[in-house]
Amino acid sequence: MVKDKDVLLKIKDLKIQGYSDETWVDIIKGVDLTLHRGEVMGLIGESGAGKSTIGAGAMGYARDGTRISEGSIEFDGMELTTATEDERRALRGARIAYVAQSAAASFNPSHKIIDQHTEAPVQYRIQKRMEAQEDAIDLYNRLRLPNPDEIGFRYPHQVSGGQLQRAMTAMAMSCRPDLIIFDEPTTALDVTTQIEVLAAIRDIVDQFNTAAIYITHDLAVVAQMADTIKVLLKGNEVEEAPTEEMLNNPKEDYTKSLWAVRSFESPQRYRPEDGTPLISVKNVDAAYASGPKILNDVSFDIYAGMTVAVVGESGSGKSTTARCITGLLPPQKGEVLFNGTPFPPDYRNRTKEELRQCQMIYQMADTALNPKVRISEIIGRPAQFYSGLTGAALKNRVDELLDLIELDPAKYYNRYPPELSGGQKQRIGIARALAAEPTFIVCDEVTSALDQLVAEGILRLLDRLQDELNLAYMFITHDLATVRSIADEVIVMQHGKVVEQGPKDDMFKPPHHPYTDLLLSSVPEMDPNWLTTLLEERGVDNLGDAAAARIGG
Amino acid sequence: MGDILGLVGKRLGLGAIILLIISAIIFFMIELLPGDVAQAVLGQGATEENLAALRKEMGLDQPAIVRYLAWLKGAIVFDFGTSIVTGGSVASAIGERFANTLFLAAYAAMIAIPISILLGVLVALLRNSIFDRVANVVTLSFISSPEFFLGYILILYFSVKWGMFPAIASLNDGMSFGDLLYRTFLPALTMVLVVTAHMMRMTRAAIINLLASPYIEMARLKGVPPWRVIVKHALPNAWAPIITVIALNLAYLITGVVLVEVVFVYPGIGQLLVDAVAKRDVPVVNACCLIFAATFILLNLAADVGAILTNPRLRHPK
Repeated sequence: MVKDKDVLLKIKDLKIQGYSDETWVDIIKGVDLTLHRGEVMGLIGESGAGKSTIGAGAMGYARDGTRISEGSIEFDGMELTTATEDERRALRGARIAYVAQSAAASFNPSHKIIDQHTEAPVQYRIQKRMEAQEDAIDLYNRLRLPNPDEIGFRYPHQVSGGQLQRAMTAMAMSCRPDLIIFDEPTTALDVTTQIEVLAAIRDIVDQFNTAAIYITHDLAVVAQMADTIKVLLKGNEVEEAPTEEMLNNPKEDYTKSLWAVRSFESPQRYRPEDGTPLISVKNVDAAYASGPKILNDVSFDIYAGMTVAVVGESGSGKSTTARCITGLLPPQKGEVLFNGTPFPPDYRNRTKEELRQCQMIYQMADTALNPKVRISEIIGRPAQFYSGLTGAALKNRVDELLDLIELDPAKYYNRYPPELSGGQKQRIGIARALAAEPTFIVCDEVTSALDQLVAEGILRLLDRLQDELNLAYMFITHDLATVRSIADEVIVMQHGKVVEQGPKDDMFKPPHHPYTDLLLSSVPEMDPNWLTTLLEERGVDNLGDAAAARIGG
Repeated sequence: MGDILGLVGKRLGLGAIILLIISAIIFFMIELLPGDVAQAVLGQGATEENLAALRKEMGLDQPAIVRYLAWLKGAIVFDFGTSIVTGGSVASAIGERFANTLFLAAYAAMIAIPISILLGVLVALLRNSIFDRVANVVTLSFISSPEFFLGYILILYFSVKWGMFPAIASLNDGMSFGDLLYRTFLPALTMVLVVTAHMMRMTRAAIINLLASPYIEMARLKGVPPWRVIVKHALPNAWAPIITVIALNLAYLITGVVLVEVVFVYPGIGQLLVDAVAKRDVPVVNACCLIFAATFILLNLAADVGAILTNPRLRHPK
């Protein structure tokens, strides 16, 4: 281990306050952290645990609306809490660098990637502009970016998400810092892309012996990256231990509960021997406006009361398929059958009775619920529209729906969405879909914006509702763990085509279609050696892009 | 780039239709006003016979729609007819006046735009400081005062009390350029005061709006100094709303100067319009209004093109 090395960063009893409701409240409640040179520490916890706040705090940086109120942050012998702003700023970019969650949002759209890369080294007079550019190209090479000589001269929107994330890691390396804060650098990426970025980050941190704080909510990811793991909960430390020990032998109950999350598994249902599928998608082609074809001859069936998970990377056509079924995007070719009879392709031509059958639950409950409308109206509206309920009958129905999603009607009836937590908002989204009394619900990444424990609650709820109301779900997700826990059947999509489909128990057993195999093998596992083993199996040149190219479209 | 040309073409076509509608509205609205040019020329005491004779001579006895169509036929080839009152060509009457108005607008814009953007950047950088608040209050007071009032206040101090600048912005032939700038300084300053607040506040708002962006935080965490964060990282992405407001204010500088021109007796198009309306000189009024409408349309088009050109996603497609 790393115990004999110099201490680089020593945080003692750090308290950070956030400003809300006109007062300062503690969001970090006294955290200690010691990081040695070259050591990688994983910070893990749910949203609101304060991981990112501590990450920024390690740079002596308090985000807008927060302040460092107590404690000490000592970086390489320099106390950051008492240093002047200019002294602190002189460290940032030069000796402590930062890699943000969304590279697409964190690169300035107005400047070329390489100009943003060279900004810090030129500003700190570490390198001249041309030297810095050459160095950038060298780093792009080391991070295995395609066309390293040329890629930096593009604008951020001209480069894919995974490549941008690596370019951002290169940028963090530009001044060869002693410490890099990685703030959920792969959370926004597909599993196959995530691997490339994880491998590149691990490799470069190793090459330059850079210390790092790796912030994530994904245990399996942190297991690959970190030497030690620190678990946080609501601004407090839960426990800290070397990675192996933490994975095999967690001490605290909270940590154990995090580890146990993936245990929920709904019993698998099978198609009826004979019978008509509830939803039948037949040879559907679709495109947006005059754009390229998004769906190419997509066909599958969904039977009543069953959950069909649709998996694939972003851009594979999962959501577009859902839009074709619900009539939001009329297909160019092919048709959608409901109980054997064709649905009008455009939702505007569907009857109320047809419309009520297909409802949607969205990924971002935040944006899917109008923040200025009371819960009672959000849920009551569809009940009124589809079932013509009014007055006391409507109120009873809303109460009933709130009971169904396990929220106390007396407490939530008159509240507004911003007063609810993420999980509660998603429950309201579910209740709104149920209000129409549908037989089929599209769940579009409904758990991906939620913490694992909360997500599990939602999955259990959906599963229970399915049993009680005999609902069919089309479950769009890129998370294969979710598929394992809730799906009855699985459809794998790539480039707008269905590449493989079948019952779940078959799908998780080899032999797979090569693309399914790539997806499955890319899902991080808790084993800390998983990434190393996988890279050896695939060969270094056979990562993500390359692997996908090899198996072809 | 082809997209931009397509957009420009489409918008110009739409603009032409809008101008047509506007010309009809103006023409028939003037018809609705009580009295006509014959009445205006001959005065209240004129007899019915005299009025009728003059109307016949001027062609005013024709139905309005016929006169409108006759006028339109000329307007399409930029022949705006002759002024009913002076008998001279409308184009020549307006031409010089419009050039004067454009000069004054350009003069004011040259001062106002750099100052507004500079101030906007400064108050964004020093947001919520005393400087920010004072700049806001002062510019807001100017924008809240009627421009003729501002004009008279400036005259009171700069001309009457301190005698620094002339109160009347009259022009004569053969003036030197410096003299021209000196004479027209007070009307230009009035207009600067009126438009600065709007542009400054939009610059401030557009920049501050971006300060919560992840790429701004990234720049800060790279150790970029605060002024550079604003100028290099926020401003380039804030141009679209700023350009729109600049275009609106430029249009205002050209079309909204009527009162300022009257206060300073400046021979611009605004004064001409006021006179023409009083005398029911329909061809002149209509031509002035079309020029104002065309100014708005063209400047808004320029703003949209500017917004596209400053958007890197559109400028550098995938």
